[in-house]
Amino acid sequence: MKKNHYLGRGILTLVAAFFAFAFLMPTVLTITNSFMTQSEISANYGKVFSSAAGSANSYISSMVNLKFIPDKVSFSQYITVLIKSPDYLLKFWNSVILVVPIVLLQVGVASITAYSFTRWRGKLRSFLFFFYVILMLMPYQVTLVPNYLVSSWLGILNTRWAIIFPGMFAPFSVFLLTKFMRRIPASLIEAAKLDGSSEWQIFKDICLPQCRSALYSIAILVFIDYWNMVEQPIVLLQDAAKQPLSVYLSTINANEVGLAFAIATIYMVPCLLLFLHGEDYLVEGIAHQGSVKG
Amino acid sequence: MSMSRDNKRIRLKKEARLRPPGKAARRAWDVSNERIRDVMHSMAFMGPSLLGVSVFFIVPFLVVVYYSVIRSPINPEFVFLDNFISVLKNSSFQTAAKNTATFSVVAVPLAVVLSLGLALILECRIPGKSWLRTFFLSPMMVPVASVVLIWQVVFHYNGTLNGILSAFGISPVDWLNSPYCQVVIIILFLWKNLGYNMILFMAALNNIPKELLEVADVEGASPAHKFFNIKLRYLSPTVLFVTILSIISSFKVFREIYLLTGNYPYIGLYMMQHFMNNTFQGQDFQKMSAAAVLLALVMVVLIILLFRAEDAFGKDVEG
Repeated sequence: MKKNHYLGRGILTLVAAFFAFAFLMPTVLTITNSFMTQSEISANYGKVFSSAAGSANSYISSMVNLKFIPDKVSFSQYITVLIKSPDYLLKFWNSVILVVPIVLLQVGVASITAYSFTRWRGKLRSFLFFFYVILMLMPYQVTLVPNYLVSSWLGILNTRWAIIFPGMFAPFSVFLLTKFMRRIPASLIEAAKLDGSSEWQIFKDICLPQCRSALYSIAILVFIDYWNMVEQPIVLLQDAAKQPLSVYLSTINANEVGLAFAIATIYMVPCLLLFLHGEDYLVEGIAHQGSVKG
Repeated sequence: MSMSRDNKRIRLKKEARLRPPGKAARRAWDVSNERIRDVMHSMAFMGPSLLGVSVFFIVPFLVVVYYSVIRSPINPEFVFLDNFISVLKNSSFQTAAKNTATFSVVAVPLAVVLSLGLALILECRIPGKSWLRTFFLSPMMVPVASVVLIWQVVFHYNGTLNGILSAFGISPVDWLNSPYCQVVIIILFLWKNLGYNMILFMAALNNIPKELLEVADVEGASPAHKFFNIKLRYLSPTVLFVTILSIISSFKVFREIYLLTGNYPYIGLYMMQHFMNNTFQGQDFQKMSAAAVLLALVMVVLIILLFRAEDAFGKDVEG
């Protein structure tokens, strides 16, 4: 009986370890490969990245050699990216000036909206909340057409605002923050009201401080979503010079694959830093979503 | 949920009892005054968001609905379902709809079941749990664009996966350019989304009343019985939520496909978003609008069905 129990746990541990390995590998490989020289990259993966779509019909088993550890650790790719060709850094900057305003504005707008949804209830407001949930659940394929139309009416097509404005009012943060704020004891708010605080003071001095960790975790979630964006820029921001790195990275050509690994790693850094610093908040934030209803 | 409102109502009733009679008119005035103030306040806080959502989502969506039933913006003749019929008959749309649906039908249940499995594994006593949680969650934080290079190396015809398979005597497959392409996309999808779903399930498992499971233990219930009759019941709102979230993310798999294969992938990877992009390029607003409205309808129906299903299954435990 006891022995059986240990065996079961051993198997579970193995399964978990296998998954952990598979989950971690691509990230680790991208990072280690960024420290290889271009010649090593070409020798390893030349076949993959140089072949045009049709010419890959002959299978040669020894051509690709996925390697963990570079023969010789080299920072040459990073030096090229960071100093010699500022083009990539410009794209990185494009990503920053798109995503940072969206995160700040969306969380800002969402916090006052969520306060309103928390503080005042009623048939109309619960209908509105349900509407926000439905809107949140709509895929880009539905919302992109309206976004495109309104951007062209306002004359902001092909500018950053075409992405920033819809991002600013996206209902995801409203939904999540409302869920958090509803956990604040109603007595706290009632007490402040009896003390004669104005609504703005209650919001600023009581609700926001209570939601600090929630705001952080929502900001991380919004950041990662927009840092990854592909659909919006290729439709709303067709000017290649303004596109974020998330789109540009795929257009890098074959003889710069080494560079691509370095850029990919640099692109990961903000996300990984946020993750390492805020993992517990993030987990708490995800966990509190619970269910869509209520 | 309606605590604060009930409290207020009780308070108002109390005040009404305390006040001397004859001041009913003033009391009514006070109450309605407070009502008005509440409405003003709530609108002041909600206003910016309502305005933004109206301008950037609702109004243009209504225009999209309008576009979907007219012949063209220049010749706004009411044609009702013509645009919808021509979209439904369009072969690119059919391919895109079929691929997207096939992908979602396979990937979403897998994402729900596997992430629940991972959450259950992490619930058992195994070493290094917090590390495992970090590892499982990490793909969510890695930008798609960053790992695409590794995926290309792995799934290329001369890539790592075929190398490994050939060691077992399996002949190589051109993963991204054959009917197997959806397998690749499903793996990438699971890789990215399992961690997030797992966290949701872990939180829900934590919320199951411990006494109930202890009683079941004392009564000698089998693990399977405990899982299906207790845990799954309590998990049902989370199963619904994870399903909906996974459906939404399944539409986002376009990102991986686009970054791996560009605008014109192998036919098996031609998704809804590809169809939309091509229609954007052709500036065919009627087709685009009809497709968007159709998709919105499908989503709303799907969400309502899922809500209903969850209501029927988990009614007795919802508190």
